[in-house]
Amino acid sequence: MDLLIPDPGLIVWQLVGFLILVFILGRFAWKPMLGALKLREQGIEEALKSAEKARDEMAQLQADNEKLLQEARAEAEQIRKDARATGEKLRQQIEEDAQKAAERIRKDAEADIQNQKQALLTEVKNQVATLSLEIAEKVIRKQLGDQDTQKGLVDEYIKDLNVN
Amino acid sequence: MVKFLDSAALERLSIASLIVFLLSVGISFGQDHGNESDDSHQEENAQHDAEHEDEDHHSTTSEEDHGAAVEGHHEEEGHHAEAGHGDGEHHGEGHHEEEEGVGEMILGHIKDDHVWHFWETGVLYLPVILYTEDGVKTYSSADFYEHHQHVEHDGYIINESGKIEAVAGAPEVIIDFSITKNVASLLISLVIMLVVFLSVGRHYKGGNINAPKGIASLFEPIVVFVRDEIAKPNIGPKYERFVPYLLSLFFFIWLNNLFGLMPGAANLTGNIAVTFTLAILTFIIVNVNGNKNYWRHILAMPGVPKPVLLILTPVEFLSIFTKPFSLMIRLFVAITAGHIVVLSLIGLIFIFKSWAIAPASLLLVTFVNMIELLVATIQAYVFTMFTALYIGQAVEEHHDH
Repeated sequence: MDLLIPDPGLIVWQLVGFLILVFILGRFAWKPMLGALKLREQGIEEALKSAEKARDEMAQLQADNEKLLQEARAEAEQIRKDARATGEKLRQQIEEDAQKAAERIRKDAEADIQNQKQALLTEVKNQVATLSLEIAEKVIRKQLGDQDTQKGLVDEYIKDLNVN
Repeated sequence: MVKFLDSAALERLSIASLIVFLLSVGISFGQDHGNESDDSHQEENAQHDAEHEDEDHHSTTSEEDHGAAVEGHHEEEGHHAEAGHGDGEHHGEGHHEEEEGVGEMILGHIKDDHVWHFWETGVLYLPVILYTEDGVKTYSSADFYEHHQHVEHDGYIINESGKIEAVAGAPEVIIDFSITKNVASLLISLVIMLVVFLSVGRHYKGGNINAPKGIASLFEPIVVFVRDEIAKPNIGPKYERFVPYLLSLFFFIWLNNLFGLMPGAANLTGNIAVTFTLAILTFIIVNVNGNKNYWRHILAMPGVPKPVLLILTPVEFLSIFTKPFSLMIRLFVAITAGHIVVLSLIGLIFIFKSWAIAPASLLLVTFVNMIELLVATIQAYVFTMFTALYIGQAVEEHHDH
């Protein structure tokens, strides 16, 4: 079978030709090509990574912003609440004070009134007494000026006594 | 990218193509054994010779003195053949002759040759370069032919198996460096590949990372496929050093497989010398790069009892050689078998001597050619993949079993 016997001449041609091909293509075709492919793939990978990173950073930033906003909102709420509480307290305080003052004034007024009333009453009593005395004096003076009347009066008293 | 075939499927494919090859070789060589004597094939040639001689005698006289002894010999045989046909076997032989002719035609197409036949009269006579005991001698192969017959020239003649040998005391041929059909085809393919791939490489010069344009965009996916699907998974982490060789190997086999499918083309990758050379290169690369771990697994497989090693080590040692041998045979067989099948189907037309068979034959040939396109690619893939696999086994670092 001639088919199965390698021809030495062709082996040499093939060896030389193929090795030339391997070296020339290896140097001028595959080396730049594989290098560029690798560079490109690295570039793509880096671009993807940086995009991923940027996205993460963006998300982080957004989360931060959200958090800050939340905090600010909470703080504002707190401040409002505090203010309201303080206001309420102040109002109560003022109300209380006012009530107390009013009470005191009322009490003072009452005491004053009482005092004046007492004073007035005392005065009235005194005047009534004085007047009564004056009247009584006058009456008595008049009554006692007349003997008969005095006698009648004594009789009457006695009569009253008898009844008892 | 997806692996389109797993290795088991490839193995089955290889076996299938081997069977097809053996069958077709059986068919084409069957005629030799089918005939009563081995001479019948010579008789057939000789009969043609005789006819040619007759014409020569009538028309030309100048060529007569050229290798007269050989012609005389042929003429004698011619008479012998005519006598044989006269025995009343003519009818039975007729069919045989056609089959014989087809077998010859097929073998002529798949074998290497000193001339390049394109069509009946379109013959390219290639240079003959002989390294002889007496130094280098160069001729044109036209010197060795006269009316399609081998003739002696300057003490050399092309023998029946197509080899040039010395006659009549001329210095013996040591190596025949002739630009045969395959060498010419090889050189053409080298030029084409250099032109194409250097132009592809130019695009990437200076680390140009822009998207490929033109022819570079055609080959870039294939290059990436070889790198990512053949080299990386089979060789492992140290793959990068071997990718350029694997690329050259893949494209050389693939493109020459495809060139071989063209009408009138040489059967380069279906030639055992070519596959032998490629397999030897794989053998050298694998064993030169073999690390301590690789040789330990061959010479003394770790974890195997000593008595078993007595059997295992020779087997493992043999595997160093069987691996490239299988590469050599697989590619040779797959491509040669494909060519034989295609040529046999075309040959049917001539065997049946009928136009009616032509449409069926052509339909089958078209179908087989489609498969051949697939086989051309698969065989390039398989050769490259197995080379990568063997390199991978050689450079693999030690790991616990």
